[in-house]
Amino acid sequence: MADQTHAPVSPRDPKKTYGLAELVRGKAPSSARPPEETVFSWPDLVYVEFLAMLFATVVLIVLPLLSGAPLEESASADTTPNPMKAPWYFLGLQELLVFFDPWLAGVVLPGLIIVGLMVVPYIDINPKGIGQYNYTERKFAVWTFCFGLALWYIFIVVGVYLRGLDWQWYWPWDNWSLHKEASSVSLIDLEVIMAQKFGMAQTTANLLTYLITGAFYAIGFTIPFLFFRKFYEALGFVRYNLMMFFFMTMMLVPFKVMIRLVFNIKYMLITPFFKI
Amino acid sequence: MTGLIEKLRQQIVSTQVWRSIFRHGYPDTDLNRALVMFSNVILHLHPVRVKRGALKIRYTWCLGGLTFFMFIILTITGVFLMFYYVPDTRRAYNDIKDLQYVVYFGNLMRDMHRWAAHAMVFLVWLHMTRVFLTGAYKPPREFNWIVGVMLLVLTLILSWTGYLLPWDQLALWAITVGSKMAEATPVIGVSGPFGLQMGMRPDNDIRFMLLGGTVVGQSALLRFYVLHCVGLPLLAGVFMAVHFWRIRKDGFSGPL
Ligand code: HEM
Repeated sequence: MADQTHAPVSPRDPKKTYGLAELVRGKAPSSARPPEETVFSWPDLVYVEFLAMLFATVVLIVLPLLSGAPLEESASADTTPNPMKAPWYFLGLQELLVFFDPWLAGVVLPGLIIVGLMVVPYIDINPKGIGQYNYTERKFAVWTFCFGLALWYIFIVVGVYLRGLDWQWYWPWDNWSLHKEASSVSLIDLEVIMAQKFGMAQTTANLLTYLITGAFYAIGFTIPFLFFRKFYEALGFVRYNLMMFFFMTMMLVPFKVMIRLVFNIKYMLITPFFKI
Repeated sequence: MTGLIEKLRQQIVSTQVWRSIFRHGYPDTDLNRALVMFSNVILHLHPVRVKRGALKIRYTWCLGGLTFFMFIILTITGVFLMFYYVPDTRRAYNDIKDLQYVVYFGNLMRDMHRWAAHAMVFLVWLHMTRVFLTGAYKPPREFNWIVGVMLLVLTLILSWTGYLLPWDQLALWAITVGSKMAEATPVIGVSGPFGLQMGMRPDNDIRFMLLGGTVVGQSALLRFYVLHCVGLPLLAGVFMAVHFWRIRKDGFSGPL
C-alpha cells in the first residue's frame, strides 16, 4: 500500500492475511488510477468535513447576533405594501415582469431555465475539462453559463436594491419614501411604431413583427451554421437546434430589455393569444 | 496515570455493550479505517479511499457538503420551531412572536433557520457553478447533474413555502406576488395564454390548486406548512440520497 506512514494492516487473526479488493469496470475515473494516488477517507476527508461543519456552525451563530430574521406587522389583506417584493432569490423573475408578461417572466422563462440546465450535459459534448477549472478549452460553454448566471444575479440585485415605491428605479441616495413621478415617455408596441413611422396598415405592421421575431431566431440559428460549420457538424442537427433554441431564448431577455430601454417598446410581438 | 487511563479504556472497550455498538477499534490502522466506513451508516456515504485531488479545498470549496450541512441545520432548527408553531392564521403570527420573545433560544433557532435557508439557496447556486466550471456534469455524471437541478428547484421551493409561515405582511404579500405568476401559467392558469379557452376560472386553475382558495388564506397556510415541513424535505431527502449514491457510483471527478 502507498501510505507507509500508517501501521501495517493489523489482522484480527494473526494466521490470516486480510486484503481489500475492488472490482471495477468501464472508465470511471478512479478505476484508471493506481491506489497510490488515493488516501483514506478517515481521517483525511472526514476531518476536512468536520472543520467545514464547525466553521459553518460558528458563522450561523454569529450571523443571528448581527441581524435577526425580520418580522413585520401581522398579515392583513387590507393594507397592501408598496412595493410588494418576493423573496430575494425570486426577485430576478419579479424584475423581469417589467419587461415581459407574467406568463413569460413567471412561468415559461423559469421553466426554460430549469429544462435548459437539465439538457446541458447532453448538448455540451466537448469532452475537455473534466475535473479541472479549464477555461481555455471550453470558452463558449463557460461564457454562456456565466452570462446566464450574471443575468440572473443582475436582475436580483436590481430587484433587491434599486426598486422602490411603485417598482420605480431608486438609487441608494434617493429618498425612498417619496413617490417618483410616473415616467413621461409612454411605451409603444413595435407594430404601432412601424405603422406610424412608415405609414403602413396596422395588419401589415403586425405581420412584420412576426417576421422580426422570427428573424431574431433565424439569424441566430444561421450565423453559427454558416460561419462555424465545424461547431454545427460536431453537435449534429438535434443538439445544435436544441442548443441554439435555449441560447437564443436566453439572448431574447437582454434583447427585449435593450429595445425597451432604447426605443420604449412595450411589446415586440402581439398575437391573439399572447404578447412578447 | 496514563497507564490507569489506558487500563480503563481497555476495560470499557472490551465490554459487551461497547463491542455490540462498535465492531472495530479506533480507525488508526488501515483495516480499521476501512471498517469504519463499512460499519457506520453515515460514514458509509464516503468511499474507503478518495483521490488525493478530491480533497483539494480549492476544487470543491466544500460547497456541496456545506449545502447538505445547511439542510441538516435546517432540519434540526426546523423541528425545534415546529414544537411552538401552529399553522393557524389566527395564531401563527403570535407563535412567531412568542418564539422571538418568550421561548428560550426561540429567537436563536428562528434566526439560524432563516440564515441557514438563505445560505442554502446561495450555496446551492455556487455548488452548481463549481460543478459546471469543473466540467463535472460531463459523462458519466450527466444524470447526477439532472438530479442536482431537481435539488436546486426543490431548495428554492422549500425556501419559498417557508416564507409564508410567519404570517406577517412580508410573508402574505410575497406569496401573493408569487401565486399571481402561477395564475399566468399557459393553459392551466386563468390569466395565462389559452387559459380561458381551456375553461380555466379563478376557482379551478393551477393557482387555486396551489393555494386551496382564491386568496392566500388558511388553506394556503396549511398547504405551505405541510409541504414545507413534510412533503418537500422528504422529497429533497430522496433526491439527496440518489445524488450521493450517484457520486459514489460515478466516481468523484476531482483532479489528481
Ligand atoms: C440540495 C442541493 C445539493 C446538495 C446537498 C448537493 C451535495 C453534493 C455533494 C456533497 C457533492 C460532493 C462534492 C462537493 O461537495 O462538491 C456533490 C457533487 C455533485 N453535485 Fe451536488 N448537491 C446539490 C445540488 C446540486 C446541483 C444544483 C447540481 C447541478 C445542477 C449538482 C450537481 C452535482 C454533481 C454533477 C456532482 C458530482 C461532482 C463531481 O464529481 O465533481 N448538485 N453534490
